[in-house]
Amino acid sequence: MNNAAAVVDCIFDGATVFIGGFGRGGVPELLIEAVCDRKLSNLTIVTNNSGTARTGIARLIEQNCVSKIVCSFPIAKESYIFKEWFEAGKIAAEVVPQGTLVERMSCAGAGLGGFLTPVGVGTELAEGKEHITVDGRQFLLERPLRGDFALIKADMVDPRGNLTYRNAARNFNPVMAMAADMVLVEANRAVGLGGIDPNIVITPGIYVDRYWVPGSARN
Amino acid sequence: MALTEDTKVQIARRIAAELQDDWVVNVGTGMPTAVLKCVPDERDIIFHSENGIVGMGPEPTDPAQIDTDLQSAGKRPVTLMPGGCFVHHRDSFAIARGGMLDAAILGGYQVAENGDLANWKLPGAKLGSIGGAMDICVGAKRVFIMMTHTTPDGKPKIVRSLNYPLTASRCVTKIFTELAVIAVTAAGLVLETLAPGVSLETVQKLTEPKLILGKGLGLPG
Repeated sequence: MNNAAAVVDCIFDGATVFIGGFGRGGVPELLIEAVCDRKLSNLTIVTNNSGTARTGIARLIEQNCVSKIVCSFPIAKESYIFKEWFEAGKIAAEVVPQGTLVERMSCAGAGLGGFLTPVGVGTELAEGKEHITVDGRQFLLERPLRGDFALIKADMVDPRGNLTYRNAARNFNPVMAMAADMVLVEANRAVGLGGIDPNIVITPGIYVDRYWVPGSARN
Repeated sequence: MALTEDTKVQIARRIAAELQDDWVVNVGTGMPTAVLKCVPDERDIIFHSENGIVGMGPEPTDPAQIDTDLQSAGKRPVTLMPGGCFVHHRDSFAIARGGMLDAAILGGYQVAENGDLANWKLPGAKLGSIGGAMDICVGAKRVFIMMTHTTPDGKPKIVRSLNYPLTASRCVTKIFTELAVIAVTAAGLVLETLAPGVSLETVQKLTEPKLILGKGLGLPG
């Protein structure tokens, strides 16, 4: 695609949107900005953190685009916009342990009906969840989590949409890319067909619907 | 109470001394990151960070090495040790839950006598930030808690039973504070080490459960 706006023009009001990244690594920052510009409403955002300062996800929240956030780490010093909106009752939050969050997406991507985890047993996050005992050990049944869209940050992309990731920017991105109906990618650089060693492709292009490289006009 | 940097480093050094060659060790956010730079050079530890780093090194000393694609769980810039590698989040948590972590070092709000840990949410709060703590505490072979011995207003954080929301039950192996090192055992809490100049009476007064004296203390018991 030629620009970020065109990549995200398919996102609709009320959609569930996965956003990759952890800290600053692997965050599709320019795609998020383009979503902000769409002035959408009622989005459910699935991501690890609830926004930093007034940028990215925090800006989406501040512009009243988000009705719910599903994440592992909502309360942090830098997530003050989320906190303000949550305390005012203007946004809902579901806290999910980080390993459970990613595995729920993984299940959705792998066509599974859920998984059993010992994580959370005995805690308040287990309330209302089905408990299943296997070989004497208690587990929680966790359900798959599918997205309408995933915003992904990759390193290299080729014309098939094959992706690599750079360092710890990999984080949630490859799993999110498997678990959303439309996968929208912001990449650092585009290479030609055969430009990525097939042995190092992390996300096969079959998952990728649209990609954009800032500063380039390639699709 | 707030700790000085020197005290944090002392605790971090004490924890680093527990780590054995070839261990895979997860380091959490906040105080535990201090342990990274306290490991003796000759010790070969593989540090894991929940965001997919296997073989994490300390913060870069040269600002030119700072890389936003290479940050710790606490979102601080870190380095990658020679032989280190990256995995995605699902694999990172498979490492954690799957039993690959020989130890994990986390902060704590409260630890109970039976090893129950609270470190993610304040009592009565509507929300807390769990991050990867539940997964890591359930999966790690040893859970080391690095924390202040008391709350800012002087109340014990090592308690008979938690009144903060649980992170994971019976998971804590040892507690490291500015006053002492305390092991959680089937018999109860064993006081292993006193910080220099700290008396047994002081530690006991600031610890709710009765402490069992460890042999290394040169004290009766």
